[in-house]
Amino acid sequence: MAIFPPSEKVWWNEPVERTEALWIGICLVWAMILFFMMPYWHIVGQQNLSNEAYKIPLADQGAESDPSQRFVGEAYEAKVEAYVAANTIREEGDTGIPVVKATDSGDVYMLGRLWDWYPILELEKGKSYRFHLSSLDWLHGWSLQPTNINIQVHPGYEMIFNVTPTETGEFGVVCNEFCGIGHHNMLGKIYVK
Amino acid sequence: MAATYEYRTCPDTGFKIDLNADKLIKWNAVSAVVFLLIGGFFGLLVALTRWPTVHLLDAELFYLALTAHGVDILLVWLIFFEMALLYFCSSVLLQCRLATPKFGWLAYWLMLGGAAMGNVAVLMGESSVMFTSYVPMKASPLFYLGLILFAVGALIVCFVFFGTLVIAKKEKTYEGSVPLVTFGAIVAAIIAVYTIVSGAVILIPTLAWSLGLIPYIDTLLYKVIWWGLGHSSQQINVSAQIACWYAVAAIVFGAKPISEKVCRTAFLMYILFLQLASAHHLLVEPGLTSEFKIFNTSYAFYLAVFGSMMHGLTVPGAMELAQRRKGYTKGLFEWLRKAPWGNPAFSGTFLSIVIFGFLGGITGVVMGTEQLNLIMHNTIYVPGHFHATTAGGTTLAFMALSYWLVPTLWQRELWAPGLAKIQPYLFGIGVTGIALFQMGAGTLGVSRRHWDMTFADATLTYDYPAAAHLMMALNGVFAIIAAIGGGLFCIQMVLTIIGKKKAAPAEAPAAPAAEALTGHGHGAGLAVPGTFVLALIFLTTFVLYYFVNWKYLSEVWILS
Repeated sequence: MAIFPPSEKVWWNEPVERTEALWIGICLVWAMILFFMMPYWHIVGQQNLSNEAYKIPLADQGAESDPSQRFVGEAYEAKVEAYVAANTIREEGDTGIPVVKATDSGDVYMLGRLWDWYPILELEKGKSYRFHLSSLDWLHGWSLQPTNINIQVHPGYEMIFNVTPTETGEFGVVCNEFCGIGHHNMLGKIYVK
Repeated sequence: MAATYEYRTCPDTGFKIDLNADKLIKWNAVSAVVFLLIGGFFGLLVALTRWPTVHLLDAELFYLALTAHGVDILLVWLIFFEMALLYFCSSVLLQCRLATPKFGWLAYWLMLGGAAMGNVAVLMGESSVMFTSYVPMKASPLFYLGLILFAVGALIVCFVFFGTLVIAKKEKTYEGSVPLVTFGAIVAAIIAVYTIVSGAVILIPTLAWSLGLIPYIDTLLYKVIWWGLGHSSQQINVSAQIACWYAVAAIVFGAKPISEKVCRTAFLMYILFLQLASAHHLLVEPGLTSEFKIFNTSYAFYLAVFGSMMHGLTVPGAMELAQRRKGYTKGLFEWLRKAPWGNPAFSGTFLSIVIFGFLGGITGVVMGTEQLNLIMHNTIYVPGHFHATTAGGTTLAFMALSYWLVPTLWQRELWAPGLAKIQPYLFGIGVTGIALFQMGAGTLGVSRRHWDMTFADATLTYDYPAAAHLMMALNGVFAIIAAIGGGLFCIQMVLTIIGKKKAAPAEAPAAPAAEALTGHGHGAGLAVPGTFVLALIFLTTFVLYYFVNWKYLSEVWILS
């Protein structure tokens, strides 16, 4: 019994029962298939998250001001503001939120902050974009709905991934990382023509 | 020569129980149940708030309740109970005195004080940072200090446990190797040490940061190390829970492992590989490479998953073997049909195995696959998965063992045996519903840790599909069922402990060393064909569900 010492002092020499041996074989094969699928998808799959990310240097994060605010991505914010200023095509209804197209080189920028995703983007179906993403303050979760693509956003890290929308319509960007009392009001939007 | 120590002899099992260990087991187990009750209550409030038409709490209270639920259940309840198990598996099962009982008490008070401090910090409303407390969101220093004290207490218990093993070995209180259940407990304790050290490495600087002594903690660094605590503590649970499965199989059926070698090797895989799972939480993070993600999230080629799949066969296999030896040999499943379904120790354990394997295990692997994580990360699919593992798996396994442990240790009659019969089913069904509907809603994109899925106060709008609303409502309904089941367990245990003394057993207990069943046939055919068929059903489900998710993934936007 399992609550007493094994009856055989040298239990290692006990034979393995046939059911177990069979199951061990099956499980090892399945484990290898599980492992193989990930590199395999990097080769043939079309949904792989890029490894491209840049640490926003501390000096650019307001280091001279309040040290506890060093994580604030001022450098990234400036970049997004410049991008918005140059590429805004209209405003979203009466909200005053700019709707912005991609740059000529196909770059688009979005930032997460307490509590919105900024700006609203307008993309085209089938076109590939370099998507820049970072947070100005806390952790946020970039959750594209209803497509259901979810990416974690860190302050101090600018992540860049290539994305090609495969459908047209209006998409919500929900925040799915808890970011304080206004978390549930943090929404963004992406249009795909 | 064995040192003398005070002990009593258990009238049911004949075990010699060190009086210090006896008390420590009882105090830790009772504290665990109290925190299960508190944490479970917060959980019910959370589920009722996420039920869109009920929407019970306001936002501030909701995030507070969610933090308390996570801390009290995932850390306090489970670890307190595991401490009781460590004392039981060392001092009681090895029939020896407990090492340094004073340190055991120091640890107990540290843990209780830490847990209380953490709860106070959360209830004061200054620390609604969730169980994960990701920086740079700041909790009150009391919150981190409480967690640290709790962890230090648990670490001390691990060393008391190791010390007791040394005493048992030195004083030769057992022959050969330690029992399999103790072996499982050793695995849990080793993982616990790793877990707690990770916790210390990240929580001590975080405490210093919350006090203003350190200006800045990198968010990615925090997450990598914190999950060395957060995920590994769930691996303590897995090891402890599987030790419970083997224990119940032995106690209820007199079952013996089909082969010790396979079971112990499977446990060894946990020590070697389970800790890599910190990466499960980092799959859509910036700044980590795919190589890092693939190797770590697969626990090195899925060898830890392999270990779990072995236990999934060997635990029910041991039961089947014991039942077949008793003469339940008809067909594939007579052994299972004739199992004591009215005995909560058995029914709880069996449900725990099924829920943990089918719902928790499969979804864990799917979610922990580098690319598949993209369509699940931080949706409510994630809590769906870990309710299946920690509530359906670990909590139910601990409940099941308690139905034997508590009446035996305290020498009490169960307060309400009729309720005990149905309690595992109530809790099991409740948790199954919670897990399934949360996963369903998560597949439709619903966010976890979110107060308002209608976004009523947001500047922009987004509408989840109606099915998602329905599933969150059903999640609430099943949370009520689970809460009733959980509540019945807590009441049962408390009233049993303060209730009627057990009548002395009619006959003298059998000597514990009696080996009811030895060996297994090595004739033609399989020794446990029924279990093998169940295992194949499991594998088929696993394979289908795994590839269905690749299909889902292939349909989303192109990313590279």
